[in-house]
Amino acid sequence: MANDHPRCIVFGIGNADRGDDAAGPAVARQLRMLLLRGVKIIEHGGEATALVAQMDGAEAVFLIDACASGAPPGTIHRFDVAAAPVPDVALGLSTHSGGLAMAVELARALGQLPRRCIIYAIEGASFEIGAPLSPPAAAGVAAVACRVRAEIAKCANQGGGQHA
Amino acid sequence: MAHRTIKVDYLARVEGEGAFKIVVRGGVVQSAELSIFEPPRFFEAFLRGRAYTEAPDITSRICGICPIAYQMSAVHAMENALGIAITGPLRALRRLVYCGEWIESHTLHIYMLHAPDFLGYASAIEMARDHGDVVRRGLMLKKAGNEIMRLLGGREIHPINIRVGGFYRTPHRRELAPLAEQLMLARDAALETVRWAASFDFPDRERGYEFVALRHADEYPFNEGHIVSNRGLDILPDAYDDHFEETQVERSTALYSRIRTRGSYLCGPLARYNLNFDRLSAIAREAARDAGLGATCTNPYRSIVVRAVEVLYACDEALRIIAAYEEPEQPAISIEPRAAVGYAATEAPRGLLYHRYRLDEDGTIADARIVPPTSQNQASIEEDLKGFIEGFLDLPDDELRHRCEQTVRNYDPCISCAAHFLRLEIDRG
Repeated sequence: MANDHPRCIVFGIGNADRGDDAAGPAVARQLRMLLLRGVKIIEHGGEATALVAQMDGAEAVFLIDACASGAPPGTIHRFDVAAAPVPDVALGLSTHSGGLAMAVELARALGQLPRRCIIYAIEGASFEIGAPLSPPAAAGVAAVACRVRAEIAKCANQGGGQHA
Repeated sequence: MAHRTIKVDYLARVEGEGAFKIVVRGGVVQSAELSIFEPPRFFEAFLRGRAYTEAPDITSRICGICPIAYQMSAVHAMENALGIAITGPLRALRRLVYCGEWIESHTLHIYMLHAPDFLGYASAIEMARDHGDVVRRGLMLKKAGNEIMRLLGGREIHPINIRVGGFYRTPHRRELAPLAEQLMLARDAALETVRWAASFDFPDRERGYEFVALRHADEYPFNEGHIVSNRGLDILPDAYDDHFEETQVERSTALYSRIRTRGSYLCGPLARYNLNFDRLSAIAREAARDAGLGATCTNPYRSIVVRAVEVLYACDEALRIIAAYEEPEQPAISIEPRAAVGYAATEAPRGLLYHRYRLDEDGTIADARIVPPTSQNQASIEEDLKGFIEGFLDLPDDELRHRCEQTVRNYDPCISCAAHFLRLEIDRG
């Protein structure tokens, strides 16, 4: 049953075939290579109810998405949404804002939000269908992969149950 | 109050990007316009020059909510062109995967998008704070649909296991057993959903629609049947273009469909139900009667109850298919390409989805045409807005705007699907 309720889940949200919208799935693929024990890595389209169902029972979730807030491409935004609502600024940031924000707030309303819930948003430059990741977004992907890995390791060291 | 303009610049709780504008003069609704401004996506052009085998996977990308519908219309149109028919367990598995999509898509719409309108909430999140158990039931029900999609489609989003001629891999009987267990609980939840939806207050509005849906000799329709209407239409999909036409209007990146000799029509759950009530399973018919629906329903606001009945039917039908399932000898039958034209219409959750392909001798797609249900329903949505809103004009603007949005959401429009074409004309003098 361990696989049904993994303690930590990383969701890479986005469309892998739509330019910098691939940032979330790209982070997921980098982390998957590391074979992190106790951590489930999911590439996700961002539909809210599916996210709620999949995060149910986890102790910690990391939601990685692309965004278009007007900041320089490659900029990384981080929000701890476990205790506070998804900030309005983040609602406008995500390219799947409805899905991601709705998932977090729906899970919170149902009392199903994991104890630790972190959103990382990577600023994109282009979201053209069929385009590859832009160089700034690719740099953002690498940086977020490192930061999420470090957060998971820190969580494990603090007795959060993860073993990186 | 003689002159009022009700505008919603960005429709919430629908799939995709759209808006509407209603103009009232002297207490009379002069115009009601639905605008679809989502960029066109040119899928028909993408398909030209690709192999016939690629159509299911390319067209499934048109929609994240109803990819199975696109795959089903694509494979049936290709098989129609290539002169083959899928029978036995492979045919049954295609019905099963469609059950999964109906459960998933309808449940999402009922619980997350439409119910808040009837219960007075601005969003499903607010509704969940007061009705947590109800929303959890919806999530559980939807998850059963997702599980069918995962098992037969290979994954929940953008399934990859469906091919012309059958599947890439078919399940063993033992793989379906846990699914059956989940579906039994889902069927109970679906029955509760019908009762719950039937308890809402519905505006007393009816209209004399021309309903258009598939009708099969002995099944509630998914993949096969004649295209029929309550005004005498009865054709095979290969005659679709003779009876239906699409036109462009400036305000929309989606084409408008009409029946050539008559005008607007309605497809989707309400049409399927009215044209196929006698094809529902016993449990679904009984639940519908208990919900006060009767064999016909022309109040579009009750479409939420009809959707719930279809979810119940899909759970019941999925269980019937699993109980009767025999593993096929081959996951697909072999096919030789040839130069031909193929047609198919299947029943997407939102209604009829028509595909037509012309193939070259080696199976390369020379031409493709796709008509999604939301394109077909656009004219009807506008006529509902125009016809029904006049009776609500005494409401303040905010409430009237909400009533208009609820009226649009009766159709569960998928604007992302509909926005698929834009003709570019350059006038250089």
